[in-house]
Order: sequence, then structure tokens, then C-alpha cells
Amino acid sequence: MIEINNLTKVFYPGTVNEKVALENISLKVDEGEIVCVIGSNGSGKSTLFNLISGTYSVTNGQIIFKDKDVTKMPEYRRAKYIGRIFQDPTKGTAANMTIEDNLITASSKGWKSLKISLNNTRRKEFSKLLIPIGLQDRLKDNVGLLSGGQRQALTLLMTIMSNPEVILLDEHTAALDPRNAEIVMDLTLKYIAEKNLTAMMVTHNMKFAIEFGTRLIMMDEGKIIFDVKGEDKKNLTVDKLLEIFKNIKNEEFTNDEGLLNV
Amino acid sequence: MLEGIFVDGLIFSIMVIGIIISFRVMDFADLTCEGSVAAGAAIATVHIVNGGSIIVALLLAFLVGAMAGTVTAIIHNKFKIPGLLAGILTMTMLYSINLRIMGNRANIPLLKSVTFFDKVENFFPFLPSSVASLIGIILVVLLIKILVDIFFRTDLGLSLGALGGNEQMVISQGINPEYLKIMGISFSNGLIALSGGLLAQYQGFADGNLGQGMIVQGLAGIMIGEFLFSSNKISLITLRAILGAIIYKALMFLGRKYGYLIHITPNDFKLLTGILVIISLWIASGRSKASARSAKKNAIHRSLERTGDIK
Ligand SMILES: Nc1ncnc2c1ncn2[C@@H]1O[C@H](COP(=O)(O)OP(=O)(O)O)[C@@H](O)[C@H]1O
Ligand SMILES: [Mg+2]
Repeated sequence: MIEINNLTKVFYPGTVNEKVALENISLKVDEGEIVCVIGSNGSGKSTLFNLISGTYSVTNGQIIFKDKDVTKMPEYRRAKYIGRIFQDPTKGTAANMTIEDNLITASSKGWKSLKISLNNTRRKEFSKLLIPIGLQDRLKDNVGLLSGGQRQALTLLMTIMSNPEVILLDEHTAALDPRNAEIVMDLTLKYIAEKNLTAMMVTHNMKFAIEFGTRLIMMDEGKIIFDVKGEDKKNLTVDKLLEIFKNIKNEEFTNDEGLLNV
Repeated sequence: MLEGIFVDGLIFSIMVIGIIISFRVMDFADLTCEGSVAAGAAIATVHIVNGGSIIVALLLAFLVGAMAGTVTAIIHNKFKIPGLLAGILTMTMLYSINLRIMGNRANIPLLKSVTFFDKVENFFPFLPSSVASLIGIILVVLLIKILVDIFFRTDLGLSLGALGGNEQMVISQGINPEYLKIMGISFSNGLIALSGGLLAQYQGFADGNLGQGMIVQGLAGIMIGEFLFSSNKISLITLRAILGAIIYKALMFLGRKYGYLIHITPNDFKLLTGILVIISLWIASGRSKASARSAKKNAIHRSLERTGDIK
């Protein structure tokens, strides 16, 4: 599904601020895989997603999507296959528009026509879709009125509606309070299963990353330092993971941002 | 007299709707306006003076404005400079182009030609000429309002609104934001230039300096409209733009007529318009804080009613 070959990203090359955010990463994600990505702050997780999506251009290397080289394809064209949710709940929706206008805009990918697609049939569909997140009566409210949790849940719904083949979730529940984070995460897992999506998910919760998904990747200083799937992943525990980290890095894992949340 | 204010305000309202599309819907501070309104006036006037038809003159005005908007959007897209700067560049270049269109004259009178307003007067011979002009311009504005309202309800129009709210969302939907900007800024300036084409015919001349200060006047019109009522429905947004434009022109009329009583002359109008915009911004910021507070209260209230929902 996604093939990444020798990917490198350097910010501000040739200046005093030069920063190697990703260093010669190769990774192959198969269709249907659900990859949890963990790693300390600044290890390059978001940069990896930004390169896969095309938000940033690559410094070196190649990104292949379904046997097609997309390394130079602009972000908006890759977006036809990729659904993305950010940590910031305001990034996925337009606050100045109503919920129904947001939904209709998200219901198909690509350049829009002069058709008026929003009608009462669609509104009824939307209401039904919104029941799990309790927004079924608020189609005509501006999205700016919603809370962070509601907005992120709506973003999730919109992302799923547009039928992506891959979804990239970058700590998409990290900005929510625990209860809403749980609701949004449950919905995420439900949709991934229902739609048989290929997914990559950055999380700060090691226990979650171990229990959930088919594969686990650990990043550190711009490299993938650990990659496990199948039986090996099933047998993984938090203690083992920490042990592995210690052996690779030759140092104790620093507990930044509650990576040790268990 | 009263009809005159309405005609003036309605012509101006087409420009205000154009400015709303860039400033409000797309969140793109576009100053091309000052050049495109004069360009529309220039090209329509030249076409009519040369014996061309009025419909074609107005279409040409729209087209020249749309072209100016396209230039602004392309400068912004290609060189990654802010829309504000791109608009100033186009506006400045248009100043020369407009003089070229007018054959290097600063001013072209239209008094001897048959204008849009002469035509509607002839069409309603039984009505006083000012009333006929008013009916003519009402029909034009109504047509434009309906077309704009319909456009912003289409999928394409909605994606333009989404661009203004969140460019990343538009990209994530697989839409090229650069094309959207070209389309929206062209449409906006097309309307602005059309307004210029009508204005020249109403005042009886085109002038290279016609656009000076227009953007601030347009913003004043928008803000007066926004005081009347708040809404997120496009049909009401265009309606309040029209009302705001008329009220602005009425205020200016009162200023001209009675301003001397407090020693205000038309020379002071640009200053006063600026102050009006600043006061509006000040009141609006207070009001949006208050409405955000009450919206939050409502939302909390509603979600308390249904426990188990996401708060
Ligand atoms: N746009 C950017 N400009 C400059 N440096 C950046 C940019 N984005 C990320 N970086 C740097 O790249 C490194 C990796 O960042 P990031 O991918 O955001 O890490 P993570 O998501 O794993 O916390 C960090 O050192 C960060 O400072
Ligand atoms: Mg990150």
C-alpha cells in the first residue's frame, strides 16, 4: 500500500538551523495493516506523516503509493487516497460553516461542481451519521460553536465519509479530555474495522500501542529503531518494550509527555 | 432625491457583495478592488462612447475585473506572497492600464451617450426618470443577489467558504486551493468592476481616480450591514450587504447636506469613513466576545440535557 524508500528530511539545510528530522527511513505498509507509531517528542513522527501526505517536500528518497511514485505529487492530489486527522481539532473542519455544509463538502473528494448536493435526503443521512456523536439535531449550527471533542469526532466522521484508502492519525485524541478522547478513539477503531482501512496512528500511550493494531513502530531521532508485527507484537508487553528501548539506545527511557501512560 | 440615494447605494452594494466574497467568505484581504472598480468604469465607458451596446459594456466590465482578480490570485499563488500585497501590486498596475483603456485621458464624460439608465427611463416612459432608474438598478441587484446566493449553495461555492474557514480542510478534500483562489478572487473583482461600470453610467463619467478609498468605503458598508443582524446564511449575508451599502450612502448624503452645520466638508469623508470602520471593529469585537460566551453557555446547556453525548 505505502512504500517508503530511503526517506530523508532536512529542515533549513545549509543554515545554522539545519535539522535532520528523518534519516534514511524505509518502511513498507501493506493493505489492511494498522500501524501504531510511538516515539519521544521530536523523533520525527509528524514529519513522517507530513511527507507521506505531501505537506512537506522530501529532501531525499521515494514514496510509493499502490505501486505509483507519488514523491512529487502535490498534497491535494494525494489527499484523494489519504485521510488525515491532526492533533489540533480545528484543523479538520471549517468553523465558519454549518455542520451540514462541512459534511457535504467532505462527502466527496476532488474539485467540486455547480451542483447543489445538499437536500433533505442528505440531511436525513447526516442526522443518522451524527447520532453516535450526539450532534444529530445540530446540522445548522456553525462548527465554531462545537467543543474540541465534538469537532474532532466530526472530523473523524468527515474523514471516513470521503472514503480514503489510508488514514493517518497524528495524536488525534491528545488534545481532548480523557472521556472525549476515549469516545473518539472508540469511534476511530470502529470505523477502521468497519471500512477495512489501512491506518497509521501516532499515539503516546504505549499500552494502547501494544494492545491495538497489527504492527508497532518506534521512532527515535529521525529513525525507526523498532518494528514489530504478528506473533512478536502479540507477545509484547510494556516492560519488554522498555527493555528493548534500553538495549537499543543504551539509556533509560525518559518519561516525556506521559509516554509511559499505562 | 431619495431615489438617488437608493440608486447610488444599490450600485455600491454590488461592490460590497464583491468585497464580502474576498474579505469575508474567503478570508483574503484583497485590495485589487480599487483598481478593478475603476477598470470596470473605464472599459464600460469607452465601449459605450464608441457606440457599443450596454449589455456588452457591462460584460466587458465584469471580465476586466475578473482578469484583474486572476492576476492577483496568480501572483499570490506563484510567489507565495500575502494576498494583501498581491492586491496592492495589481491595483497599482491597473492605474496605468486604466489610463490606457481611457486613451490616456484622466476623465471621459458619458453625458452625450445613451446609458443603462437612459434605457430604463425609455422603457418606463410613464414614470419619473429617477424612479425608472431605481427600478432598473433594483432588477440588476436582485439578479446578482440571486445568482450569488445560488452559487454559494452549490458544492463549488461551499468549497470556497471552506477555503476561507480552513485551507487545510480544502486540501485534505483533494481540492487545489490555488484554483479556488483564482476563481473566487476573479468572481469578486468581476462584481466590483461591474459595479464600477454602472457607477460611471450613473454619474456620467469614468475617472482614473474613481477607485481611491473604495475599499474602506466597502468595508464600512459591510460592517454597517453586519450590525443589522447576524447570520451564517448566504441569502441574509447578501441582503445585509445591500442594506449596509444603502445606509452608508445615506449617511454620506446626510454628511454632504448637513455636514456644514458642524463644519464637515466632503474632504473629511475619507477620515470619517475610516473612523466609522474603526468604531465598527471595536463594537464588533465586543459583540463577538459576548456572543461566544452565550454560545458556549447554550452548548453546555444542550449537552447537559443529553448526558452521554460528547461535551
Ligand atoms: N516545519 C518545521 N520546520 C523546522 N523544523 C521542524 C519542522 N517540523 C518539524 N521540525 C523538527 O523536526 C523534528 C521532528 O519533529 P516532529 O516530526 O514534529 O516530531 P514528533 O511528531 O515525533 O514529535 C523536530 O526536531 C522538530 O523541531
Ligand atoms: Mg508530532
